[in-house]
Amino acid sequence: MTLARHLAAAAAAAVVIALISVQLGSYRDYQIAEVAAYVIAVAGLTVLIGLSGQISVGNGAFMALGAYATALLQLRVPWLPAHLGGWSIVVIFLISVVVTAAGGAVVGVAAARLRGPYLAGATLLLAVAFPAAVADRYAGVFGGDQGLGVTVTTPAALGPAFPPTRWLTWLTCAAALAGLVLLANLARSRVGRSWRALRDDEVAAALSGINVARLRVLAFVVSAASAGLGGSLLAVVSSIVSPGAYTLSLSIGLLTAAVIGGLGSLLGAVWGSLLLALIPGYLSNVATSHGGRLFGLPSGATSFVPIAAYGVVLIVVMLAFPSGIQGGLRRLFGPVAPVAAGPLARLARRGRRAPAGLPASRHGLAAARHRGSGPRGDDRRGQAGEPSRRSGRRHARTRDTHQRQSEHQEEGTR
Amino acid sequence: MQEFVEFTLGGIASGMVYAAIALSLVLIWRGTRILNFAQGGLAMLTTYLASIVISRTGSYWEGFAAGLAAGLVLGAVAERTVIRPVESKGPMNAVIVTIGLLIFIEGLAGIIFGGQYRSFPPAFSIVGLRIGSFSLGISRNDVFTAGAVLAAAVILAVVFRYTPVGLRLRAAAFGPQVARLLGVRVGRVLTLGWALAGLFGALAGVLVTPSTFLYPNSMDAIFVLGFTAAVIGGLDSPVGAVVGGLILGVVLEYVGGYLGSDIVPLFGLAALVLVLMVRPSGLFSAATTRQV
Repeated sequence: MTLARHLAAAAAAAVVIALISVQLGSYRDYQIAEVAAYVIAVAGLTVLIGLSGQISVGNGAFMALGAYATALLQLRVPWLPAHLGGWSIVVIFLISVVVTAAGGAVVGVAAARLRGPYLAGATLLLAVAFPAAVADRYAGVFGGDQGLGVTVTTPAALGPAFPPTRWLTWLTCAAALAGLVLLANLARSRVGRSWRALRDDEVAAALSGINVARLRVLAFVVSAASAGLGGSLLAVVSSIVSPGAYTLSLSIGLLTAAVIGGLGSLLGAVWGSLLLALIPGYLSNVATSHGGRLFGLPSGATSFVPIAAYGVVLIVVMLAFPSGIQGGLRRLFGPVAPVAAGPLARLARRGRRAPAGLPASRHGLAAARHRGSGPRGDDRRGQAGEPSRRSGRRHARTRDTHQRQSEHQEEGTR
Repeated sequence: MQEFVEFTLGGIASGMVYAAIALSLVLIWRGTRILNFAQGGLAMLTTYLASIVISRTGSYWEGFAAGLAAGLVLGAVAERTVIRPVESKGPMNAVIVTIGLLIFIEGLAGIIFGGQYRSFPPAFSIVGLRIGSFSLGISRNDVFTAGAVLAAAVILAVVFRYTPVGLRLRAAAFGPQVARLLGVRVGRVLTLGWALAGLFGALAGVLVTPSTFLYPNSMDAIFVLGFTAAVIGGLDSPVGAVVGGLILGVVLEYVGGYLGSDIVPLFGLAALVLVLMVRPSGLFSAATTRQV
């Protein structure tokens, strides 16, 4: 039933995209293809953060892995196109996804013990180190700063007059929609429920028979595979794979898109990706349409106006919609706001309490246990300043903390 | 031997800069449980201000003082304006707001100062020091850099440990509700924490910029390394921040010196992963506060 609903939604989206792409020119088609590449990568990240409760600031590295896998498969394995023709790119996508999934497994195993900011730090360095350093070091394989070329041939069945960018749009959107359907089903499945359980309360989840370590690694694998597919799509869209496209800003951009869209929501990933891909371009266009000068600024300074404006957009959206765009939409149009706890939740401010009467999780497992951090949603009640509910956390502190506590008491009475 | 001494001393000098950034992140993390991605951006902006003051007055030290003062003010302003509203929201919201703030500041700096590279003067001579014919690989300015951060860190430790303000800072970080009940104005103390963090960021910016040039993204790489240092040391520990900075600085200097500069980021990652494999919450994390 769920599968049928997801397939129907994807089919509807495919029809809409096909109709739109026929109407639009090749530049707009190209933009749609670019957004499709971002959507699947952001969707993988939103599943990782919003469902499993881990964080990654380095998914741009997985995108790079997928993109380089695609380029290298095309360059080094010539019998693929020889046997499969234009459809070889689908096989290449699948192999690239498998490769990045394997990379995600390696990182996931290394990251399984890390929490919150420590995980953020490790993945941040991954994003800094991976594409640039490796591509420079092994320039013979990866093409150095120049990068590697990627080509897509339009299938002969569509006729010689078919615009190549339209085929590119159809190809990327079909791949992204297929990935989204898989992710949506996974999120609704036993695995998705287990992720939510361990996000809300790891110990309760473990006590309920959930294999915490395996599921955490699996979340990384899924998120890496999605990012890898996004990277493959981006490679064919931009027809080149170079380290300059997979910098730290890309990783940060994916993270912002996931949060701005609404953590844990695949539709939110779409909103976030639209923002990520279109806003900077739109703002630059506004700047150039004013002759490259805004507010009487010299043209050199005007090129920075879109950057500053993008920063303002991020801040304003986050202040106006604390649970992301999708959360805001649901608050406006839907019955109940979604629950999305971030990976730093359990390290977050001590003493935040769950809103009275609401279970800590919509999904049951942790509902019986009231914890310091409640549903994120748009609750306004859990603000600092209210008396704290002493949770089990305090009692679990080890000896050191008690020493610190008594130290404070001594100083307080001095 | 000569190379080894040069790399070690050079690593200590650059490590102290990472330590200053790490200290600013630790100050904010302890107080508000927020990762401040805008710290490098704030430091870049204060360095621009210092640069302007230096070129107007011709005095390095007036610019130095202006930069640090601007760091104090900017840290406090950032906390009061954009951070305070998200402090009670989810932690990811705060992260995104600091990223938005970083992007905004970098754009703003580009609008005001332009994107071109500017040089920034060092406090002292950058000619390498020698003992007899033995080159030490560091300059008078490097000694000043390391000494300034060390002095600031020691002052911070003294303030934290022996003054009423320090006690309030620690109390607010340790248990905001209890501190509030005991009469600590927690809101003000959090702002003070951000202001102090801004000061350390500004210090790092002024000290490191002579060797990197000044442009809107000039602090990005330094911020990443400072964050790495904080994670290595443990985000709750100021001592860990300094030690983490020193470890990172020295290791990266050895790697860059002996193996080549292009794989420095890979070894930064390797060092971080190695430390976190052994201690998942950094070297100096006091106790595991995992919820059970």
